[in-house]
Amino acid sequence: MATKAPSKPQQSETRRDFLYLTAGAFGAVGAASFAWPFIDSMNPAKDTLALATVEVDLSPIQVGQSAKVTWQGKPVFIRHRTPEEIARAEGVDVSALRDKQADADRVEKPEWLVMIGLCTHLGCIPLGQKPTDPKGDFDGWFCPCHGSHYDISGRIRKGPAPKNLAIPPYEFLNDTTLKIG
Amino acid sequence: MASGKREKFDNPVVEWIDSRLPVFTLMQKEYGVFPTPKNFNYFWNFGAIAMVMLVTMIITGVVLAMQYTAHADLAFESVQRIMRDVNYGWMLRYLHMNGASFFFIAVYIHIFRGMYYGSYKQPRELLWILGVLIFLLMMATAFLGYTLPWSQMGGWGATVITNLFSAIPGIGDTLVTFLWGGFSVDNPTLKRFFALHFLLPFVIFAVVFLHVWALHITGSNNPLGVEPKTKKDTIPFHPYYTVKDTFGLLVFLMLYVLVSFFLPYIFAHPDHFVEYNPMQTPAHIVPEWYFLPFYAILRAITFDIGIPFTDIVFIEAKLGGVLAMFGAVGVLFILPWLDTHPVRSARFRPLYRLSLIALVAAVFGLGYVGAQAAEGIWVILGQLLTGYYFLFFFVIVPVLSRIEKATPVPESINAAVLEKKKKKA
Repeated sequence: MATKAPSKPQQSETRRDFLYLTAGAFGAVGAASFAWPFIDSMNPAKDTLALATVEVDLSPIQVGQSAKVTWQGKPVFIRHRTPEEIARAEGVDVSALRDKQADADRVEKPEWLVMIGLCTHLGCIPLGQKPTDPKGDFDGWFCPCHGSHYDISGRIRKGPAPKNLAIPPYEFLNDTTLKIG
Repeated sequence: MASGKREKFDNPVVEWIDSRLPVFTLMQKEYGVFPTPKNFNYFWNFGAIAMVMLVTMIITGVVLAMQYTAHADLAFESVQRIMRDVNYGWMLRYLHMNGASFFFIAVYIHIFRGMYYGSYKQPRELLWILGVLIFLLMMATAFLGYTLPWSQMGGWGATVITNLFSAIPGIGDTLVTFLWGGFSVDNPTLKRFFALHFLLPFVIFAVVFLHVWALHITGSNNPLGVEPKTKKDTIPFHPYYTVKDTFGLLVFLMLYVLVSFFLPYIFAHPDHFVEYNPMQTPAHIVPEWYFLPFYAILRAITFDIGIPFTDIVFIEAKLGGVLAMFGAVGVLFILPWLDTHPVRSARFRPLYRLSLIALVAAVFGLGYVGAQAAEGIWVILGQLLTGYYFLFFFVIVPVLSRIEKATPVPESINAAVLEKKKKKA
């Protein structure tokens, strides 16, 4: 400051600084709390959140077949795996994987593989559900968007995706009914 | 721009307004007599052309918005209705969708002009930064608009691009849910995308205003990169450059109209004719052509970055790709500080010129790679070209700034123009 107040300049300046700071802090808190409703309004609404669970009848899905159901707007892959496929999924050296997970940690019953059918790279739906689909280098699923290869346990083996295909929360209500969510 | 001396206008109505709000004085000063370097070539048309394209997009967009329905169940049908039933709806939509492409063509040429003639250098750094900001806003607006017809390509494009944010460690998934307003790209996503697609062009307009304001403070650069020193170096903007801009604009608009009327789907893709199905990804998702080079950079990072031969990963491949893609645009912001060479124009910097032309070739190459399936030779080619892209900005440009010896720069614009005339005679 070029000019100084005549009496006790030091003290009056600190008091003023304090007032500036507190007023500024209150203003910032006020602005943030005012902004929150606007921001939160863009989060999922209650009706969107209500679509939480879905029940699936497993009886028509034969060994070696796959099904695709919708849960929360997302496709869920259900595969009734053959004994060879289970053996192949379990026979992989876990330490060599990008996202290290044993097959046993990804299933409740080895014959039923249930996972969210969205590539963990950028959310495309991998191919491999139909017998005629390309299944990738590891004979599981293949994402056509950016070339991610998944094995028969839905684990990422090659390509840009960082994670294995996600497992949704699910439980078997009885031998033929699956509840997802 | 407000107070100060003002010359009286003869017309009493103009004078009445101007003495209260000097808009006529402002226009006269900034566009009438504004001193402009006299050696512009046609590269200097593209700022004005881009401005006209922005206005075209806003006008066609507003009338299209009066017919469009932003709802997941109705959007696709409402676009078909625009094409078949709305009077001139087909024309407005063709002009709007091809207008986006031509807006990007103009802006890419405008950016190249800036890089070739060193327009970003001191004192025009902020002018350049505002321009890069406009480019980013344009990319956001174009992406949002691409999703609105709710086609397979639009919906899945939205899925892929919003998922880019899931790469952010920690908050990624929460952020993507927030962007979607749900657990997948659905009705809430479409409605907010429409609202933002309507809003952003006006934000762009505001930033363009700042961009032009900054331009009128520093004055334009020119093909020689030599600042005007005397009155002999400049001419008034009107009529010389209003005429030159109008001529270039008309040529450009002829191409735009030709494509819009006779080749309207030249930039489109069959998956735009299929309604969005969240249960089925199209076999081959491609963004619009103007994003392809950046898309190729995104896909080029197929490897984790960490300590070799260990499991320690600092940046996963996915995050690496996203960082590289945003970095490819972001690096433009700091270009004025990467290139500190005192000579602006590439005309006098043979090495810089060669590297820049190679960069343009690399960007075209990346655009080609971005349109191919992500496998085999295309992955490797994409990685090589991405490598050159970043090499240019982070190694070649800073090194050339220090070591490149420029060829002789003319002492003034006037001297160079006279010299050229003498040679011709």
